[in-house]
Amino acid sequence: MTHSGKQTIFKPKQQDFLIDVRGLTVDFDIGNHYVRALHGVDLSIRRGETLGVVGESGCGKSITWLAVLGLLGGGAKVSGSARFDGQELVGLTPRQLTAFRGGRIALIFQDPASALNPVHRIGRQIAEALRLHRGLTGKAAKEEARRLLDRVGISNAAQRLNEYPHELSGGMNQRVMIAMALAGEPDLLIADEPTTALDATIQAQILDLLRDLQAETHMAMALISHDLGVIADMADRVSVMYAGRVIEEASAEALFERPAHPYTRGLIGALPDIDGPRHRLEAIPGAVPAPSALPPGCAFSDRCSHVETICHKGPPILGLVGGEDDHSAACVRLDAIEDQELNLASQPSKLVHQRAGLQEGVEA
Amino acid sequence: MVTKATLKAVDGVSFDLARGEVLGLVGESGCGKSTTARLTLGQLPPSAGEVIFEGKTVPSSRTQQWRNLRRHMQMIYQDPLGALDRRLPIIEQIAEPYTIHGIGGSRAERREKAQALMLQVGLRPDQASSYPHELSGGQRQRVVIARALALEPRLLVCDEPVSALDVSIQAQVLNLLDDLRRKTGFSALFISHDLKVVRQMADRVAVMYLGRIVEEGPPEDVFHAPLHPYTQALVSAAPSIHGNRGRNRIVLSGDPPNPVNVPGGCPFHPRCPVAVVRCRTDVPSLSREGDRAVSCHLAGSAGGGGFSPAPHPKSKALEAV
Repeated sequence: MTHSGKQTIFKPKQQDFLIDVRGLTVDFDIGNHYVRALHGVDLSIRRGETLGVVGESGCGKSITWLAVLGLLGGGAKVSGSARFDGQELVGLTPRQLTAFRGGRIALIFQDPASALNPVHRIGRQIAEALRLHRGLTGKAAKEEARRLLDRVGISNAAQRLNEYPHELSGGMNQRVMIAMALAGEPDLLIADEPTTALDATIQAQILDLLRDLQAETHMAMALISHDLGVIADMADRVSVMYAGRVIEEASAEALFERPAHPYTRGLIGALPDIDGPRHRLEAIPGAVPAPSALPPGCAFSDRCSHVETICHKGPPILGLVGGEDDHSAACVRLDAIEDQELNLASQPSKLVHQRAGLQEGVEA
Repeated sequence: MVTKATLKAVDGVSFDLARGEVLGLVGESGCGKSTTARLTLGQLPPSAGEVIFEGKTVPSSRTQQWRNLRRHMQMIYQDPLGALDRRLPIIEQIAEPYTIHGIGGSRAERREKAQALMLQVGLRPDQASSYPHELSGGQRQRVVIARALALEPRLLVCDEPVSALDVSIQAQVLNLLDDLRRKTGFSALFISHDLKVVRQMADRVAVMYLGRIVEEGPPEDVFHAPLHPYTQALVSAAPSIHGNRGRNRIVLSGDPPNPVNVPGGCPFHPRCPVAVVRCRTDVPSLSREGDRAVSCHLAGSAGGGGFSPAPHPKSKALEAV
């Protein structure tokens, strides 16, 4: 493995991590051979902390957590380590894992309507979670289900218990999902694109709810999202994933103010914003490579504008970004590209001018 | 007129679109954005009112006249996989508009043109015989765009064209649309729930709520100094990476009401943080001053022209109902 000799290898302190994922790999059996989807992912979350996991479709941001919980099925070979509160999860039998799934580790998904059972009433579904994880039945379960619905901001909770998912709006269904997740009193909530299917004003409601619940219960959260705005809004720390690897990790502040990896810089440059000058978006050329056809060396090398021969020599590992002890990136050319500012604000808003010209020309 | 089972998906919407202009249409699901798109293209008959394209009324029946007009009005959909035929290679789908309208020369010529379109939208020639499922989301959307551009339309209706795409791909597609627009000069009705995307693309923006336009104006004005309380909430709820943690976000309570049962008065009043008694009874009309328009009792005319925005809920200038 080749990387810049100057780089300090990033070693996280093994302090009070609630979950500590090290070197997690996932290989999918696709018939005659295996394709590696995760190439040694390291992630960790402290109690009460929100880790934002960003990346584009197929980067492995969801698979990481499904692998941790053993939810990938028989076609996937998982290795590496995922220690949850001192207990190794990788290699546990499904029966052993049920002690964690939905209980101490809860999951909510993007599309609440398909995560809920359409033929059962809301109340029954929450009560099921309460029975499985807290041993509550009958009246106690019903009362607790009502309290949970109330807690997640559903008005008229007692009546809603008797309704079916199709009778509720998308935002309400997501609240129901959150209520079910809370049923197990989780230490870790994995929220996989929890607001992606929701409208902007509803998204704001759900994010506020998650924030309040976290402050109240001190649960840790893995917030998986492709929306950098949501991540910036919610996360304490952020891991950026690309093609099955974590390629940058930092506090949310550092990541958005001083992104180091060319891919992270690219993502931020590709984002339209509501403030500031309107400029042409800096699209990252190309597309995410297929897991079976990664370029040699750095997986981002074929889309990177800073690519050099050294980038093809081996996959770079996470190294500390100069002068910051909680900021690491997997790029061998960090030193060389460090000084190149994100040229966003400095760019004249060419687009706006051309556009104005176009319109005048047409209207005249 | 209104019977028990009427759903007014779009209620008295008026807008115009200059040649080469991009009008952004924002709003939440169910606000009538997509219905507006379909009405514009004559895919749906309006209960009242009309759509005029280049001086001619767009018929909503499948007449030859409609077909001729539709050649100049194309659509880009949110879900490219749903908009494509899974059983046809993409090159044939891109060339299909030529076949339908009987133009583009021989089969070989059509194929050549389709290949040129593929290059124009950034697809590789070797992907010509691929099927939609073999392509990524971004590539599929490029196929849809190529097909829409095949007939050199003068109006492009884009319904959430990048909502299903990843950030880096979204930027590619937005840049592509912008380049193509500059090159071919089409007008566009650009529908999105994402204010940032609309700001990037639109020359003018209209905000819809429950089938009505509640605010309209240049994107910079609408997004930076919104007049309508709904726009204010929408803008404040848009997550941004530029340090907006704990800022003055207006979180609206409740969901948008069922459009079958639109609240009386101002349709927004049950969720409006600054509504007053009048809002429950009087329907506000969309009033215009200069290039801005707003439909709110509280966003009054400010003496010397222009509007004053509705009061910010956190200012507590008015007591909520």
